Amino acid sequence: MTARPFVRIGAGAGFAGDRIEPALELVEKGRLDFLAFECLAERTIALAQNARRSDPEGGFDPLLLERMRRVLPAARAHGVRIVTNAGAANPLGAARAVATLAKSLGLGAVRIAAVLGDDVVEVVRAAAFPLIDRDGSSADLPSILSANAYLGAAPIAEGLAQGADIIITGRVGDPALFAGPLIDAFGWSIDDPVMMGRATMIGHLLECAGQLTGGYFADAHRKQVPGLARLGFPLAEVSSDGSAVLTKVSGSGGRLSLASCKEQLLYEILDPAAYYQADVIADFRSVALSQAGPDRVVVTGGGGAPRPDTLKVSIGYDDGFIGEGQIAYAGPGAVDRARLAGAVVRERLALIEAAVADLRCDLIGFDSVDRTDLGMPPREVRLRVSGRAAREVDAARIGAEVEALYTNGPFGGGGVTRSVRPVVAVASTLIPRDRVTPHVVMVEA
Amino acid sequence: MQLGDFAHLRTGDKGDISQVSVVAYDPADYPLLARVVTVDRVLAHLARLTVRRATRYELPGLAALNFVLEGALSGGVTRSLSLDAHGKTLGAQLLDLPIGDGD
Repeated sequence: MTARPFVRIGAGAGFAGDRIEPALELVEKGRLDFLAFECLAERTIALAQNARRSDPEGGFDPLLLERMRRVLPAARAHGVRIVTNAGAANPLGAARAVATLAKSLGLGAVRIAAVLGDDVVEVVRAAAFPLIDRDGSSADLPSILSANAYLGAAPIAEGLAQGADIIITGRVGDPALFAGPLIDAFGWSIDDPVMMGRATMIGHLLECAGQLTGGYFADAHRKQVPGLARLGFPLAEVSSDGSAVLTKVSGSGGRLSLASCKEQLLYEILDPAAYYQADVIADFRSVALSQAGPDRVVVTGGGGAPRPDTLKVSIGYDDGFIGEGQIAYAGPGAVDRARLAGAVVRERLALIEAAVADLRCDLIGFDSVDRTDLGMPPREVRLRVSGRAAREVDAARIGAEVEALYTNGPFGGGGVTRSVRPVVAVASTLIPRDRVTPHVVMVEA
Repeated sequence: MQLGDFAHLRTGDKGDISQVSVVAYDPADYPLLARVVTVDRVLAHLARLTVRRATRYELPGLAALNFVLEGALSGGVTRSLSLDAHGKTLGAQLLDLPIGDGD
């Protein structure tokens, strides 16, 4: 594609369950060239692999087709090209399903590119790769369900260069969903660490959608956000030098400010000088932000060092079950009675020799998420007992003992809930880049 | 005075790591934050948080500090038993970190 002065790219989703209305608003009013949907949480692929085993055509984000049904007609009418990682464990199946949907909507010819190659489960199963988030290696993990490498922006840019209207990937680095279109539009070299660093910076600012425009931000006094219920999603007007204006469509709710942009720039960044991605080790230390008007922030600077020799891989594995029970206490002495109840449940689980581990008692409303020691005993509190078990039947004993507090526990317990859930946990490793072969498959509607 | 009078915060997570950014509303207050909001002060305020390692990164250009708290998420988001497995509520608990006249 020929170079042009600037490109407008929007964020249509910041997580798998994100709201659809702001994406539609962006497509209709944002004068966008591209819209990217980030829809793939860390362990989603492992769960999606299970879904694909029972349905070979499934295994992609269950919300993808609803999103596309709502957004595609306007996107086609306004010439907005779409990029999403909602392909999860089956990007090709997702591309075929979207093609079928586009046909049923009467949208004419639509070209959809599936990005494949992130699935490296056979590579990981065949060897022991050291884990980077704990001691041990991949060979120590019980029953590996999935292993996916974080791909870079190159296959996304390649699909766009082949004329795709929609790109559907599995695991890619979230910023790559935005960097791919920028590489395609401006012809930036994937070997240029400065431009890859800037593309990553812009992608990182946008990837959480509403978190740039006043979501996850509102508080009293200096952090008031107007129209939070109608929170609009952000877009970037990117120039060929890798600077950008961050903004949102007029009339949408929220507020895009220096403060919201600074928070998002650092969100989930560890060392700001070394943000590891597949295409670059981005460096945010030289990033400068300035307010250019209401809901308009200019971002310049940023750079990076050449890409690492390895790719990060998320390994999903079966980690047994978590059992949980909750019960409420109120009135004077509520905290003491809840504490007594927790101690009784612990003792009973030991007496019946339940095969549970890591038992934990939290008092919701007092000490369950507060990590200071500044809390005052409240007038109502909710005991939550949780623990792990290898078998579902054992995990269920935790909730059963909490329920038994009704007639066998302290005075005045009420509102019991209980649950058991299977745990798909994630561990991370690095594998050599040459063990991963990204490629693009085109599907036509 | 408290930290929330000078700065706003956002919390994120990566595996078993919690990350909290502290951003000065007014860049002129950045030197005060850099002097006062140390790793030790943060960990003392979060008295019931256990971490394996804590690191503070300084970003004078953004008038911001970035705290990286390794081992803070009970084994990581995907397997933690914590009610707030992501640790999303941590940063807000620093809003009342005291900043005294002596600082």
